[in-house]
Amino acid sequence: MSTASASVPYAPGRGGSGPVLEVQDLRVQFRTDSGLVNAVNGVSYTVSEGETVAILGESGSGKSVSAQAIMGILDMPPAEITSGRIMFEGRDLLTAPAEEQRKVRGPGISMIFQDALSSLNPVYSVGFQIGEMFRAHRGTSRKEAKKLAVELMDRVRIPAAAQRVNDYPHQFSGGMRQRVMIAMAIALDPRILIADEPTTALDVTVQAQVMDLLKDLQRDTGMGLVLITHDLGVVNEVADNVAVMYAGRIVERGTVDDVFGNPAHPYTEGLMASIPMLEAKGGRLQPIGGQPPNLSSIPSGCPFHPRCPKRRLGADALPGRHCAEDVPPLRLVVPGREAACHYSEEVLGV
Amino acid sequence: MGRYVARRLLLTIPVLFGASFLIFAMVYALPGDPIRALGGDRPLAPAVVAQLKEQYNLNDPLGVQYLKYLGNLAQGDFGTDFRGRPVLETISQRLPITIKLTVVAIAIEAVIGIIAGVLAGIRRNSFFDNVVLVSTTLVVSIPILVLAFVAQFVFGLKLGLFPISGAQEGWYSFILPGLVLASGSLAYVARLTRTSVAENMRADYVRTARAKGLPNRTVVVRHTLRNSLIPVITFVGADIGTLLGGAIVTESVFNLPGIGRAIFDAVRAQEGAVVVGIVTLMVFFFIFFNLVVDVLYAVLDPRIRYE
Repeated sequence: MSTASASVPYAPGRGGSGPVLEVQDLRVQFRTDSGLVNAVNGVSYTVSEGETVAILGESGSGKSVSAQAIMGILDMPPAEITSGRIMFEGRDLLTAPAEEQRKVRGPGISMIFQDALSSLNPVYSVGFQIGEMFRAHRGTSRKEAKKLAVELMDRVRIPAAAQRVNDYPHQFSGGMRQRVMIAMAIALDPRILIADEPTTALDVTVQAQVMDLLKDLQRDTGMGLVLITHDLGVVNEVADNVAVMYAGRIVERGTVDDVFGNPAHPYTEGLMASIPMLEAKGGRLQPIGGQPPNLSSIPSGCPFHPRCPKRRLGADALPGRHCAEDVPPLRLVVPGREAACHYSEEVLGV
Repeated sequence: MGRYVARRLLLTIPVLFGASFLIFAMVYALPGDPIRALGGDRPLAPAVVAQLKEQYNLNDPLGVQYLKYLGNLAQGDFGTDFRGRPVLETISQRLPITIKLTVVAIAIEAVIGIIAGVLAGIRRNSFFDNVVLVSTTLVVSIPILVLAFVAQFVFGLKLGLFPISGAQEGWYSFILPGLVLASGSLAYVARLTRTSVAENMRADYVRTARAKGLPNRTVVVRHTLRNSLIPVITFVGADIGTLLGGAIVTESVFNLPGIGRAIFDAVRAQEGAVVVGIVTLMVFFFIFFNLVVDVLYAVLDPRIRYE
């Protein structure tokens, strides 16, 4: 089930060889001066070999925080992982000793970030920073590490890699810098690559090149790819499965074609309606009304209900399914599709 | 880079001329008659006064005096004081004292300041961090004159740990005055390091270093400290240039015959040649070490390029 197509139903926790990464009920809080911020509130997902899972959501929906929790690079404090398990190759990373966690970062799971310029150390050459992966994890000599760095730069299609290996990050263009980040992240053939908004800081043509590169690398190595983004277009092009996040929860999940084709959650529906379409030229975009929730005071019941056009309150609501009172669990609505809405069947029209 | 350094060095020439002329003019403008003051209570014979004034060109107008000074300088003659002692000899005797004091002070401010700053920066808001914040504020707010006398009284006189005066005990004599001289900069270095480390700890590339699975020590030393210390090193470098100019207060309190004392005495005696010689040297040190800092900055931070 490595490259799921539209016809293959989404099956959480069951891949051809089982999931490589399994996040279970992850919860992250931040203690700030203005109170407790609930950034991630019970997120679960799995990533199998060769699978691309897109985590889609607005800023503040908890998608980056959950990724950083998986990597073990959250600043704690102020952050605190209050519950959950992060199973990687059968081990729970959250309870593993720090040294063991560290050894997973790089060869097991690695990550690329949105802003490659600030994410690379300005005072070391890119070759040095890529080579560090080999030196830290394999004890490779400095000279050998540099040679391997050149090979990696070739692999991510940086022109004249041998000449540029000693250049510094500021001497590269935005797209090339992101390639350097990618080279660093894939250096040790990780089983999972988390890409946190990898193309947001790039212009459109370069975005496409970087996404193509990621796809090609994934095909070559069979790594699982977690793509964190708010870009619906990117998700549509490259992802197999998508999880839509809102207020630190996953509100809908399924294959990209299913979810985009016929959303089961009003929030996803709202996102789709806000995409500019070529054929709808001249028509007005429909934004989702209201503001994203304040994570230190998430609305009761369904966190989306204050903005939801399909909410049912008072007498309209079915017993136990009051949108402002009862929290909708993420449940299987139709085969291969989960959604956290009391009235998903109506939204779907089934 | 080489061209940049050459240009900067060439630029020091007009600066040195300008500085020396300004100092020359200021000494010229001082009220009083330096020759008459030489005699003290017993007035010198008018013939002697006239002869000395002639010898030191004191009857000439300012411009002529300055040009004659430069003329001698071009022949390697830095002039003498009114007692006939060559200025160069004064400098060569006084400078080693000031250099030793500077070395001790810089070592203290760099080592203690950086260690304190790094520890405070890594553990922000810890007890140690607060100790550093309070003590540096205290040190900065006490005038160096007070600090010098208190240190001399407590550590020298009461506890008897250090000599209180003179440079007879070699390097050991310089520890207490060095500490006093360094105190202000020490506090500044600690603060600067703390802020810089704290800022860098939050940097995106430190997060990347963690995500790469580098050992914690590598993350801190290689990816946090190296970047954090760039502004600190440049400050310390520039401070060398400043301290080499002599420390009038510290040298006076601890009775160290360094450059600072020499310039103080020379100004009081209106010894034009001595003042100009020493101050020009100070200016040169200052410019030179600032240039060294600029070069160092480019070496440490590859983003800086001078064209």
